[in-house]
Amino acid sequence: MSPADVTPVLSVRDLSVSFGGSGEADRVVDSVGFDLAPGRVLALVGESGSGKSVTAMSVLGLLPETARVSGSVRLDGRELVGAASAELRAVRGGRIGTVFQEPMSAFDPVYPIGRQIAEAIRVHRRGLRGAALRARVRELLTSVGLPDAARIAASHPHELSGGQLQRAMIAMALSCDPVAIIADEPTTALDVTVQAGILDLLRTLRDTRGTAILLITHDMGVVADLADDVIVMRQGVIVESGAVAAVFDSPASEYTRELLAAVPSLGALGDATEVATPRSGADASPVVVLDGASVAFRRRGTAVRAVDGASFAIGRGEVVGLVGESGSGKSTIGRALVGLVPVASGHASVAGVELGAAGRRERRRVRSRIGYVFQDPASSLNPRNTIGTSIAEPLLLHTAQSAAERTARVRELLAQVRLPADFARRYPHELSGGQRQRVAIARALALEPELLIADEPTSALDVSVQASVLELLEELQRRHGFACLFISHDLAVVRRLADRVVVLHRGRVVEQGPAAAVLAAPAEAYTRRLLAAAPVADPEAQAARRELWRELEAVR
Amino acid sequence: MRIARLVTSRLVGVVLVLLVVTAITFVIFYLLPSNPAQLSCGKPCTPENLARAKQFLGLDLPWYGQFWEFLRGIVMGRTFGTGADAIVCNAPCFGYSFQLNTPVTELILTRFPVTASIAVGAAALWFVSGVAGGTIAAVWRRKAPDRAIMTVAIAGVSSPAYLVGMLLILLFGFTLGWLPTGGYEPFGDDPVQWFLHLLLPWTALAFISSAVYARLTRSELVEQLGLDYVRTARAKGLGEGAVVMRHGLRNALIPVVTLFGLDLGTLLGGAVISERVFSMQGLGALLLDSIGRLDLQVIVGITLFSAFLIAIANVVVDIVYGLIDPRVRAA
Repeated sequence: MSPADVTPVLSVRDLSVSFGGSGEADRVVDSVGFDLAPGRVLALVGESGSGKSVTAMSVLGLLPETARVSGSVRLDGRELVGAASAELRAVRGGRIGTVFQEPMSAFDPVYPIGRQIAEAIRVHRRGLRGAALRARVRELLTSVGLPDAARIAASHPHELSGGQLQRAMIAMALSCDPVAIIADEPTTALDVTVQAGILDLLRTLRDTRGTAILLITHDMGVVADLADDVIVMRQGVIVESGAVAAVFDSPASEYTRELLAAVPSLGALGDATEVATPRSGADASPVVVLDGASVAFRRRGTAVRAVDGASFAIGRGEVVGLVGESGSGKSTIGRALVGLVPVASGHASVAGVELGAAGRRERRRVRSRIGYVFQDPASSLNPRNTIGTSIAEPLLLHTAQSAAERTARVRELLAQVRLPADFARRYPHELSGGQRQRVAIARALALEPELLIADEPTSALDVSVQASVLELLEELQRRHGFACLFISHDLAVVRRLADRVVVLHRGRVVEQGPAAAVLAAPAEAYTRRLLAAAPVADPEAQAARRELWRELEAVR
Repeated sequence: MRIARLVTSRLVGVVLVLLVVTAITFVIFYLLPSNPAQLSCGKPCTPENLARAKQFLGLDLPWYGQFWEFLRGIVMGRTFGTGADAIVCNAPCFGYSFQLNTPVTELILTRFPVTASIAVGAAALWFVSGVAGGTIAAVWRRKAPDRAIMTVAIAGVSSPAYLVGMLLILLFGFTLGWLPTGGYEPFGDDPVQWFLHLLLPWTALAFISSAVYARLTRSELVEQLGLDYVRTARAKGLGEGAVVMRHGLRNALIPVVTLFGLDLGTLLGGAVISERVFSMQGLGALLLDSIGRLDLQVIVGITLFSAFLIAIANVVVDIVYGLIDPRVRAA
């Protein structure tokens, strides 16, 4: 898989990991083998439970004590499986740097960033101290694209953005000049424009330092953007491996084909041939009207406008995609529509009721006309309630139905989201992520709402699950004809579902219009940057997008 | 600058809280059906004597007048009665015990060192042993050290203070004869005797409280050790000791320190049971005696003093919290 004339820095052979009991059934990684060559990026892709992270952590010897590891992991010829803990500690941070998924939680909250990087250096380079150590920390921070190194070094994690923290994390991973870097979902928690910068930084490291990078990800777009070679894993087994171009071009295994097909596509930029036909009378008595609506929060004594003069409407039966990065105010708009946060100025009305002027009872009535689906179904369903109780709760609150009627309705709703009726007696922890999100959708539809607000409903799900949930949402929308506000950071998902798109940036609406038009030929610079930054699951197309993104960044 | 403003605003808060506490205790104790004038009237208690006692104590005034006199006494001092038998109570006057012929302020100040010696020593002991025990239990969780420590902790949590105290006296005082069985020696008189006399009350109190701290430390540390930043620390190549102490424990201690401040503040107001068991004349013993004698002025004084300590402890905890958790400083 890597060129034959290069000696790999890391060789994994016949690696198996199992937890708890004994026997084949408990294996989460089964006979995995690969080579990681210097100056190359090898991507381990797979959905949750594929064993990709466990594989990476077993290289570092960082699995829980209950894990049993067999096989061989050789770093520069030295065996790491079963190595003494002192030897493994010298490898961790010294020979192999690591970048984790959530930069916000991957740093210790109580220490400044500079101190945490210095700590990583001191473990492996005892001689370095004082001013020389601080200078080294600043040099590292500057080298990862943080020119304000002194301030960053003195900041605590909560004072920095996700992008800054991930760069600092990469600086820490580089601190002892490692031969390899393990990047475990390094951009999953980041916005697309920030993600593009981080991927570019990793690419630069590979090219300039010759660092070998083991990239763990679930995102085919990220693989297409950064990786040279790819290994597709499923349930602990390698189903396919090879050079990225070859695997994407002609996947050999059925699973890889399914995985690639499940990724929503964004289409080529500048291609506006598909013009969406508006589904129904979008302008006749809209369900939602926002006119110059603002939402403000008080932070440290000063008012911050989370939403600033937003104006758009959602017609009956129309699906409007609300896109934007974190902090753009997209979720705040959803919360304002159900009255969870007050609208400070401007007008907002739902189902003909002006939210600012409505009394308590009227607001309550409006809420009964809105269904809400949240991002993480694991935390939006009460773990102590059965599925049936959760779905029936809106009925209990807003209708006078008898217990028998409610049970019948729950059964009906479960059937609509294609879950068996006996799920009503189960608890959330007994369900998979996709099943839980179906339950959340059933609950949102219990009162046959005029408006469904879906706030990142598929972000926590694997792509194949995401595809089926999106399909379900589409079908239900067609059948019931509710209006839908679909909030998402994922442009491809929005393109697939939405009739119209509203692009939000720092609380302001920067662009809106038919989805196909806006996402294919954006008029605003910000929308163009956002689109160019979103990676697509096609190495060639992605290379072109990357160039476009670089040009847009350069003129900023 | 911001810290200074925080401290000032919190201290103003403390004054307000104390004012409310004063009002409530005043209402409860002074408006109770018990009659202080009757108690200090002497025998035979003729109606004239009773009226004179009432006037002397200021009980002839309406309740708000009494409250005002009490507040004024704290700031300016107070004189009970007039002429030759007038009793002067200097500021800050928290009342006067006519049964002990001593101002309440003086009583509290003489008793406080005893209670403070017990409380501070015991708190230091339980903090150190509780945190140490909890840390060991968390690191070796579900193994022998964890089980052993948590078993002892359950025994500690469920033991009454008087029982532990008396068992300690029985073992170390009478059977082995190593330590004095009770009483208090001032530190200034003989530091060694001071220490020896306090060792048993410290141990008794610490045994009970360290159990709570061990359990809290254990659960906090187990949670912290499962978090992402601990994995990062391990991935840097840090040894397990540095991972646990420098990262895990540092974060796990934040809620423990909060509880510690409040517990210490409460205990400083009087270790009632321990003082009784070890025959030490601290605030707790004074409070018990005063309740027995219905010496209302002393009861009110001690109640206020305890409230003051707890309010101060709260402020200190808030400030310390800001120092040990940078996220709080930003908010």
